[in-house]
Amino acid sequence: MSTPSTPTPFEPVIIGFTCNWCSYRAADLAGTARIKYPPNVRLIRVMCSGRIDPTLVLKALSEGADGVLIAGCHPGECHYLEQNYKALRRHRLLQKTLAQFGIEPARVRLAWASAAEGAKFAGEIAAMVDQVKALGPLNWPARPVPEGRAHADEVAA
Amino acid sequence: MSKPQFAMYWAAACGGCEIAVLNTDEKVLDLDAHFDVAFWPAAMDAKYKDVEALADGSLLVTLFNGSIRTDENEHMARLLRRKSQILVAFGSCANEGCIPGLANLSPREQIFARAFESPSTDNPDHLRPQAVSQVPEGTLTLPPLQAVVRTLDQVVAVDYHVPGCPPESHQIAAILDLLIRVVKGEAELPPRGAVLGAGDSTVCDECARKRDVKAIHRLARIQDLPPLATDLCLLEQGLVCAGPATRSGCRSRCPAVGAPCIGCYGAAPGVVDQGARLLTAIASVVDEKEPEAIDRVLDGLVDPAGSFYRFSLAHSLLRANRQALAEQE
Repeated sequence: MSTPSTPTPFEPVIIGFTCNWCSYRAADLAGTARIKYPPNVRLIRVMCSGRIDPTLVLKALSEGADGVLIAGCHPGECHYLEQNYKALRRHRLLQKTLAQFGIEPARVRLAWASAAEGAKFAGEIAAMVDQVKALGPLNWPARPVPEGRAHADEVAA
Repeated sequence: MSKPQFAMYWAAACGGCEIAVLNTDEKVLDLDAHFDVAFWPAAMDAKYKDVEALADGSLLVTLFNGSIRTDENEHMARLLRRKSQILVAFGSCANEGCIPGLANLSPREQIFARAFESPSTDNPDHLRPQAVSQVPEGTLTLPPLQAVVRTLDQVVAVDYHVPGCPPESHQIAAILDLLIRVVKGEAELPPRGAVLGAGDSTVCDECARKRDVKAIHRLARIQDLPPLATDLCLLEQGLVCAGPATRSGCRSRCPAVGAPCIGCYGAAPGVVDQGARLLTAIASVVDEKEPEAIDRVLDGLVDPAGSFYRFSLAHSLLRANRQALAEQE
């Protein structure tokens, strides 16, 4: 527990979506090679970066994440041929959209890492954590909870 | 025996939902035959105090259109929830915020500046509406504008949802028919939370236009494009069309006449966030791989958030601009 005079430094929560074939294995390699990177990222393995619907990114940001990392295979090396290009296009369009919501571009990062690039992957995470720390917490307000209850069930009965 | 009571109310709305109900033609007479219209400011004279005087739960059904923009809207939403057994979020504003919800991209000060200080506004004294004003005749009050637009179901519990801007009149007629059959004991109410008066698929599914290449090389506004083919998908021809993310039920009326779907029926079934789904659909079919080339296509889209969330911003995952949400807190 911290005392009031020494506030806990801000430690961002970052959700990291990694693909099964490259970036997750890069993270795995970073682990087996004992490469250190900040513990702020929670990795979620998906089959492909093309699986990352922006809905997942928005859900993470609106429910407490300070940033989201999407990591896939290098362009031209996707296990599913071209799906990482979809991730690239969605990321660019999402950035334009998020700017209108007042969300800084550094909070949603796209990175490529092959299965051999454990050090690169660790470096991407370290860089992102630094940037999000500098931005501060996102703290997206929770959805409002409605008052009262609906009555249709009793009427139907 | 007295008839069950019916109410219809508008909050932050344009009045189109009321017109859509009246467009059901003689069905309105059926409504009148089976219900006592207790409160419907657009159609008949009644005061808020008449609603306040009702016993709680004495309105069988209230169609509530409009989003929650002011303190007055919120007060009426809570009042009508208490007085109604069945509260229906009627139309896009009540369900998703609709066009009023687009103001959520701007903090309140920017909204006032735009409305009262724009270059075309003659306002040399920089007047702004005040919640309380003193005039020789006494004190005048206006309901304060809240920092963000909310949907009805973000303020009170809602029994049913009727999407559309406005809901199509043939769909409204079917809902009124259902209500009348319920009153007569010939039908049962659908499960609570149901979406009424709409389809269970996407606008694309109802659209007769052909989709074949599923690739787009440019995005532009309709006036910047050459004449469009009448039988091909509008999205493939470079128009942002919300069909892939939007609930069916309108018979695909806009694409049928050459205008893109703008998404008024809200998120398609199973879609959490209509704007994100539309963003995904469009980004997926942009036929470019290099970042600069991708940006050239995407730069044709001048207002992505406004295009993707034209009707559903207030109900989306993010709901509003960060600064506006902070002011609401």
